[in-house]
Amino acid sequence: MKSYDDILIELCAILAPYANNNLILDEGTELVSDIGLDSLQVMQILLEVEDRFDISIPLNIIPDVRTIKDFVLQLEHLTRQS
Amino acid sequence: MPIFDKFQQLAEARKSLLGEGERDPFNVVIDQVISSTEAIVNGRRTILAGTNNYLGLTFHPDCIAAARIVLEEQGTGTTGSRMANGTFAGHIALERELADFFNVGSAIVFSTGYLANIGLLSTLAGSDDVILLDADCHASIYDGCRMGDAEVIRFRHNDASDLEKRLRRLGDRASRVLIIVEGIYSMLGDRAPLKDIAAIRTKYQAFLVVDEAHSLGVLGKNGRGLAEEAGVEESVDLIVGTFSKSLGATGGFCVSRHPEVEMIRYASRPYIFTASPSPSVVASTRAALRIIETHPELRQRLWENATCLYESLQDMGFTLGPEPSPVIAALVETKERGIGLWSQLMEHGVYVNLVLPPAAPNGGCLLRCSVSAGHTDEQIEKICQAFLSFS
Repeated sequence: MKSYDDILIELCAILAPYANNNLILDEGTELVSDIGLDSLQVMQILLEVEDRFDISIPLNIIPDVRTIKDFVLQLEHLTRQS
Repeated sequence: MPIFDKFQQLAEARKSLLGEGERDPFNVVIDQVISSTEAIVNGRRTILAGTNNYLGLTFHPDCIAAARIVLEEQGTGTTGSRMANGTFAGHIALERELADFFNVGSAIVFSTGYLANIGLLSTLAGSDDVILLDADCHASIYDGCRMGDAEVIRFRHNDASDLEKRLRRLGDRASRVLIIVEGIYSMLGDRAPLKDIAAIRTKYQAFLVVDEAHSLGVLGKNGRGLAEEAGVEESVDLIVGTFSKSLGATGGFCVSRHPEVEMIRYASRPYIFTASPSPSVVASTRAALRIIETHPELRQRLWENATCLYESLQDMGFTLGPEPSPVIAALVETKERGIGLWSQLMEHGVYVNLVLPPAAPNGGCLLRCSVSAGHTDEQIEKICQAFLSFS
């Protein structure tokens, strides 16, 4: 099972291509207001994350994910279940 | 007023996309309808190639006569829901005829296709269930899933192996899965790999829902849709569909061989709290269903037209959906170019649908045509010529 920190590093690597070069990604970074993700990009990222962690991410969690930390916590929970 | 502030961003996006005084592709006013395939728009005689009127039945004399008789006999509307205000005999007859048409025991009629999906999906899957839906499913399917309590997971569009991978991940929960796919997908016109998906459904003992909105009357020897064409009707648990495409009216339905589906009437709020379809709509839909059953030549004509337009646009160099279909979408790289081309088509007297992201793929947009059996050879040629002017 991956640790919180492992997941954080891997998630930031996935998100980096979507972010402006000057933006430093950390736990407090907001996916929409800071990175500027649109709905299509969110769906694309979900697919990439699912492949990386070999999990299925329910769409139901999306309303609860605002920051990178929120996302990591959800992934930590889902990888624990799988 | 502050309550409208949330729409400011939308208003600005609309203004930057369309500019001032430009024709709005999403607010086309049809001044006068001439036939199932022609209308007057902005004072110009225009071929309708974006109406989903696949069999051209909106002006069929049998449908109009049936609606007219019932309109005189039963009035303009039902003025309420079936549960509160009563069911008309026509509703029952239509449900019986739909069930017979699909060779199943149960049918439920809804007031629109959108309501059929939200009414069913919000009710059918509960908190212990999992919905696996194709990523390209229609908004009504997504909305229905969101209104329910089930866990909702997408699988890659038309990728049966991705579906199976996700079922495997669910382990023991796989038998509590409701799989949702469409017969023909509304944006690119491609079909679900239903034979493969049906086999997976059986292997994992899941529940399979097929939305035949765009394939009813279009696919299958008898027009029952993709499940019939693929020879897997026995493996499909529930079919949902609409009256607003090949049946030429407004409304929605579900049919199933599971008698328990009948209980959805008592649990589905979008069914319980919506006014039922008007008597004239029910009458014209019943007539249209009989036409689908008895006039297979309409399907043949539809496919001749669809294949002709698809091959012509392909020859002109347009990037199209993966297979010929009555839904033919030409991919355009940018929104700005798409809007410009759409306006040019209107100038040539051809109306198609403009589809922007996120409904269109890869940040581009789609010029989406829907072909009809009612289109004449000359009309198909005119549509081709309009596209050729900027190919």
